[in-house]
Amino acid sequence: MTLPKFEYFAPESLDEAQQLLLDQGVGAHLLAGGTDLLVKMNHGLLKPASVIALKHIKELEAITYDPKEGLKIGATALLADVAAHADIRKHYPAIAAGAHETANVQIRNMGTVAGNLCNAAPSADNAPTLLAMDAEVEIKSATGERRLPLDQFFKGPGQNALASGEILTAIHVPAPGSGEGVSYQHISARGKVDISAVCVGVMVHMAENGCDDVRIFLGAVAPVPMRAAKAEALVRGKQLTEETIEAAGIAAMEESQPITDVRSSADYRKKMVAVLTRRALAEARDRALKR
Amino acid sequence: MKHPIELKINGDIYSLAVDPWRTLNEVLREDLHLTGTKLGCGSGDCGACTVLVDGRSVSSCLTLALEVQGKEIQTVEGLAPSGDTLHPIQEAFVEKGAIQCGFCTSGMEMSAAYLLSQNSSPTEQEIREGLSGHLCRCTGYIQIVDAISDAAQKMKQS
Ligand SMILES: Cc1cc2nc3c(=O)[nH]c(=O)nc-3n(C[C@H](O)[C@H](O)[C@H](O)COP(=O)(O)OP(=O)(O)OC[C@H]3O[C@@H](n4cnc5c(N)ncnc54)[C@H](O)[C@@H]3O)c2cc1C
Ligand code: FES
Ligand code: FES
Repeated sequence: MTLPKFEYFAPESLDEAQQLLLDQGVGAHLLAGGTDLLVKMNHGLLKPASVIALKHIKELEAITYDPKEGLKIGATALLADVAAHADIRKHYPAIAAGAHETANVQIRNMGTVAGNLCNAAPSADNAPTLLAMDAEVEIKSATGERRLPLDQFFKGPGQNALASGEILTAIHVPAPGSGEGVSYQHISARGKVDISAVCVGVMVHMAENGCDDVRIFLGAVAPVPMRAAKAEALVRGKQLTEETIEAAGIAAMEESQPITDVRSSADYRKKMVAVLTRRALAEARDRALKR
Repeated sequence: MKHPIELKINGDIYSLAVDPWRTLNEVLREDLHLTGTKLGCGSGDCGACTVLVDGRSVSSCLTLALEVQGKEIQTVEGLAPSGDTLHPIQEAFVEKGAIQCGFCTSGMEMSAAYLLSQNSSPTEQEIREGLSGHLCRCTGYIQIVDAISDAAQKMKQS
């Protein structure tokens, strides 16, 4: 159970971290909570030449909310702190739910939402809701900075859009508008503790003549969290009746492309996509009507 | 290359030189012989290695020792107020038969301490959620849940 050998750096500013990342090159890996990184290193899947810790950089910890600007989750904000944050619970209940239902108490006291996204597991619990809410990631390196819509961030299992030398510094989520509702639903073997077998994030916007905007994202049923475009098309422009919701669930099931693995069979995953999409649409609709 | 660090554990300060790849679990058990903290899975799944860092429960098997430099670490050795008095959580574990082989116990007790620091009268459901990161191969959990709710009562009375 001994970790492979590496050099360790604990920069206290972002500038210092960016320079280190540049100097250390491809063998350098960033460490946030380490709940993915150390597990991979323990299992011999990863042998970093150097590890650059992010948690000592004060400017990366903050969670801020502004009714106009929306929500900003810093790279080292803990899952537990996102789940418990008063503004997130009030204005972004599905984001709070996703963070709260990631892993267990100890892992939430160590792990981060940013680490969950960067790790790019197809099952990442925090991805579907943030995708549905049109989140963007803020990315910085020694040579510049950029913002990327989250739906362009995932490139494959364990693969993200960061180039060598880049750090994800924050996640930005737009302020929820009136008439908007969001829901996160997931299912896994060991209660809610385990990695999700299927997870679904839905955002709907309800106008007088029905749903005029919708985003549905499915996790753990494709190499990256996937958009259920056919299901969305069935919902857009309609009242969200039980029939419409039922049909959307079936469409999402049909367009999902799960595999069979240790966590569940492809067949079970498909059936759960229909169920969870239905539940998420209904909850998102009910929340939208209350806003 | 070893890094010099100071760790504050159960109120005592230890000055050590530690290789970057060593976990807090290894340093506690192997260097400091604080073997109350166990190592089970080494991958965050079993909870046997749970300790408190700045009052929050974490898995010491997934924490680099260098990462907790300067923080307050509490292990099961620091739970009892003195050599001959047990902490109410420990008393309750003994009284309720929540300990069989004992391997999971120190981790369970640290998570119980964290839970009760956040919520002084948890419901059964909240206790179970608080223990979601722990596995016990012996007791079947019921006695452990009972012990924690009993400890909550004891701590409120005192
Ligand atoms: C027991 C257990 C249960 C778990 N259960 C769940 C679960 O239910 N659902 C779930 O989705 N996940 C689960 N996980 C996985 C993990 O806990 C989460 O993915 C967590 O959010 C990772 O965050 P971290 O801060 O620990 O990431 P780290 O391990 O520190 O980093 C993960 C990866 O991202 C990179 N990285 C981290 N931060 C940045 C950054 N700011 N910029 C660029 N790259 C970065 C790292 O280099 C590394 O490759 C579980 C893990 C364990 C051990
Ligand atoms: S040994 Fe750390 S969680 Fe199992
Ligand atoms: S008492 Fe034996 S593992 Fe819990």
